Amino acid sequence: MIRPDIFTKTAVVLKNIYDKQLPELRQTKDWQGKYRILMTLGKELPAFDIEWHRDEFLVQGCESKAWLLHYQDPITARHFWAFDSDARIVKGLIILLLVQLNGLTAEQLAEATPELLLSELQLQQNISLSRSNGLLAVLNKIKAVI
Amino acid sequence: MNFDLSALRQEFPFFSAHPEWIYLDNAATLHKPQAVFDAMNEFYRSQNSNVHRSAHGLSQQATTAFETARTTVAQFLNARFSHEIIWTSGTTAGFNQLVFGLMGPVLQSGDRVLISSMEHHANIVPWHIHALPFGVELDVVPLTADHRFDMAAFEELLQLKPKVVSISHVSNALGHIQQVADIVRLAKAAGAIVVLDGAQGIVWQRIDVQALDVDFYLFSGHKLYGPTGIGVLYGKTRYLALLRPLLGGGEMIKTVSFTQSSWNDLPYRLEAGTPNIAAAVGLGAAILWLQQQDLTAFQQHKTALVQRFYDGCKQIPLLDLLSGPTTNAGIVALNLKNEHPADLATLLDQQNIAVRAGTHCAMPLFNTMNVKGSVRFSFACYNSFDEVDRTLAALTTAVELLSE
Ligand SMILES: Cc1ncc(COP(=O)(O)O)c(C=O)c1O
Repeated sequence: MIRPDIFTKTAVVLKNIYDKQLPELRQTKDWQGKYRILMTLGKELPAFDIEWHRDEFLVQGCESKAWLLHYQDPITARHFWAFDSDARIVKGLIILLLVQLNGLTAEQLAEATPELLLSELQLQQNISLSRSNGLLAVLNKIKAVI
Repeated sequence: MNFDLSALRQEFPFFSAHPEWIYLDNAATLHKPQAVFDAMNEFYRSQNSNVHRSAHGLSQQATTAFETARTTVAQFLNARFSHEIIWTSGTTAGFNQLVFGLMGPVLQSGDRVLISSMEHHANIVPWHIHALPFGVELDVVPLTADHRFDMAAFEELLQLKPKVVSISHVSNALGHIQQVADIVRLAKAAGAIVVLDGAQGIVWQRIDVQALDVDFYLFSGHKLYGPTGIGVLYGKTRYLALLRPLLGGGEMIKTVSFTQSSWNDLPYRLEAGTPNIAAAVGLGAAILWLQQQDLTAFQQHKTALVQRFYDGCKQIPLLDLLSGPTTNAGIVALNLKNEHPADLATLLDQQNIAVRAGTHCAMPLFNTMNVKGSVRFSFACYNSFDEVDRTLAALTTAVELLSE
């Protein structure tokens, strides 16, 4: 069973990251500093039940895995997400996508371009939406709910 | 070092295009010397025609270039005949042809095939697709505690009388070199047809297929300084003659009516369709280039690179080394305790060190070792000690960041 509070708890964490760590990331110029922040983002997430590491939720990257849960609020029609990944940096990167996408309506999701933030933060020349880190698959899965 | 490394590097245009990168993903694909580009360029610019089809002089020139490349490979492997060299698009395609081709003529329901725990998916999945559904059974040689091919267990498994033994010459995930001479001898004594996956082995040592007495040997051009899209399935004539063609179409037939076709002779019978002519020419050029190099010096250099890197890793806390430095063709696989290999690889990538993380197309191996995956550092003749030292420094930085 998926407890619905995983979505509310995740939403709170994402909001906090958006308000606090995202501005920090924007200001940090050296790559080590950026990665230090990125790698701690996942620590704030609510515990993800190992039982949810199921194939139906799996988003497979070449190097790492992620599990993505979805919930649509029946009243507001907004889409909410919760997730886990076995790699820390990928976890941080997915958080950077979700801080922009969590709680959006289908129309807003369709127009969102969360990948722009990744290039804006200049996390590195090579981090992008790629098959190898699984970010593209995560974004596709999110957009597929529309 | 018995060769001039900076002169060698200058033959590889990649390094002047990307001086900022340290390329340690050589087991995935090697860079190519200028001689390979020249040959392919020349082919497309002045010889381009289809092969074997047309009587015109241009086609004959192309055919000559293409067949000369085949002869170059045959001589390189010391095959008895050129027709024992079957062009494929790579090791993977070769295995699919081989396994499909053995089913029926050689393998029937109830027969056994023996592979090892270290195999690449290319030597696993084709058996799943083409053999297991027809009742063939797959046995697996286990690993020793130090992640080597378990020779004693192998000898025992041979008592199950496998019809085919199919083993990697060098493990792509660990770099460990198998004792192929012993493996072939024992397997043949047990009556098996012996296949070696040479994708990683071919660049390590010169193979004499006749002296080794191996029945099939497969490799990819791109892991031998050649282009992608070309590979070789070597087989002894009497076994190649048994293989059912996986691909049907042009060039592989003698006669075709609407109801039946009769097949062409070797090697064409197993080469349906227009082949990758330019890539074959490129692989021929790569082999000619390699034959001018001092292969023993390359081996010694790679061994020294691995040893230096391995010794350096021993000084970095919390690293788990999955590979050993001896009888190793140039690969060190490792993990940082309690961290995901992808994180380590990303932090190295950030420092312009190209390595690969994951299970390296050998998922069963990692399940056997009970680890999630690894970061793989694979060295080639053109890597330098300076690159090893800079990589160790970058690795230290990455480990420190992850351990904070
Ligand atoms: C041992 C081994 N076998 C087979 C293959 C498959 O080669 P290719 O992808 O060129 O077909 C590889 C390549 O990674 C390999 O290392």
